[in-house]
Amino acid sequence: MKKALSVFFNGVINENPTFRMVLGMCPTLALTTAAINGIGMGLATTFVLIGSNLVISLLKNFIPQKIRIPAFVVVIATFVTVVSMIMQAFLPELNESLGIYIPLIVVNCIILARAESFASKNSALLSVVDGLGMGVGFTLALLLLGSIREILGAGTWFGMPVFPESFSPAVIMILPPGGFITLGLVLGLLNKLTGRTE
Amino acid sequence: MEYVSKIFVILISSILINNFVMSRFLGICPFLGVSKRVETAVGMGAAVTFVMAMTSLITYIVQYAILEPLGLGYLQTIIFILVIASLVQFVEMVIQKTSPTLYQALGVYLPLITTNCAVLGVAIINIDEKYDLIQALFNGVGAALGFTLAIVLFAGIRERLELSDIPKPLKGFPIALITAGLMSVAFLGFQGLIK
Repeated sequence: MKKALSVFFNGVINENPTFRMVLGMCPTLALTTAAINGIGMGLATTFVLIGSNLVISLLKNFIPQKIRIPAFVVVIATFVTVVSMIMQAFLPELNESLGIYIPLIVVNCIILARAESFASKNSALLSVVDGLGMGVGFTLALLLLGSIREILGAGTWFGMPVFPESFSPAVIMILPPGGFITLGLVLGLLNKLTGRTE
Repeated sequence: MEYVSKIFVILISSILINNFVMSRFLGICPFLGVSKRVETAVGMGAAVTFVMAMTSLITYIVQYAILEPLGLGYLQTIIFILVIASLVQFVEMVIQKTSPTLYQALGVYLPLITTNCAVLGVAIINIDEKYDLIQALFNGVGAALGFTLAIVLFAGIRERLELSDIPKPLKGFPIALITAGLMSVAFLGFQGLIK
């Protein structure tokens, strides 16, 4: 139990995929124009992470070493297809705004990295916990970036106005440059606060 | 003539206006990872260009000759990623046999192309936009040239950043991202170039 907790918090804080490992940058930058998109992407990725970690850790003794990467990718792609079908059926609006980035979860480096470095070496239960931890860490990071960009760039949070009428939003924050600059500054701030430098 | 101009528009828009790295956020991992030296950035760009052109052709044929007639559209993601992975493996073997020097130069970057989301991205965009074979090919080449342009420019800036005096917490990724943000502002200037 203690081990499971430490694996979970490792994903959320110590090895946070976005702020610590700097993995999965494409969806992080592209989909944080609004808090709701960030959460949607985070949850979809979490689902794929948990599923692929579970299946890969169960199959780890049957997959030959040499072809493990293609085998992992097929498992991941299967779960991505499941997520995209579920979203098309139940959340058509969110599916529309996430667009091409849903099938692109396949090539999110976080998922392959966890399959390779964690799920292929650990038990099924721990792998699920690791997937959950990483997924939650990723979702929180996307929520934070999405909130900053939406509040500054559109003056709203989850679609609700947070500033008086007279506030004129800085549109650049929800345009592509805002994504790069926000993430750069947040990473810098975290380095400053934790005293970590490269 | 109208067809030629349409292709030209696709090419320009995929290189400059909808630049894959700067405005669509595809291929950020190699963009940040392989941009420390200009030479490696050029090599990466060349390899990606070849793989993306081939991917555009092959995934197009697979989509319309195999998946659609058989009603297997839902397998698109799985099949495409397999096509890309085997294509990258194939390119790696061909380069290794024909030009060992180029193989040495590209080294580890070749297998990394499989997880470059720009490659899968261009295949899916080609299908979504309902391009025909020629348009798909030009979109793939244009997107790859845009990627090469962005990564080579960025590598040039990063080489100089190494020597400059940067506040400690911003060293490494943070300053690279802020630089990329400023480059992206410059690319915003191409919006409205067409129409």
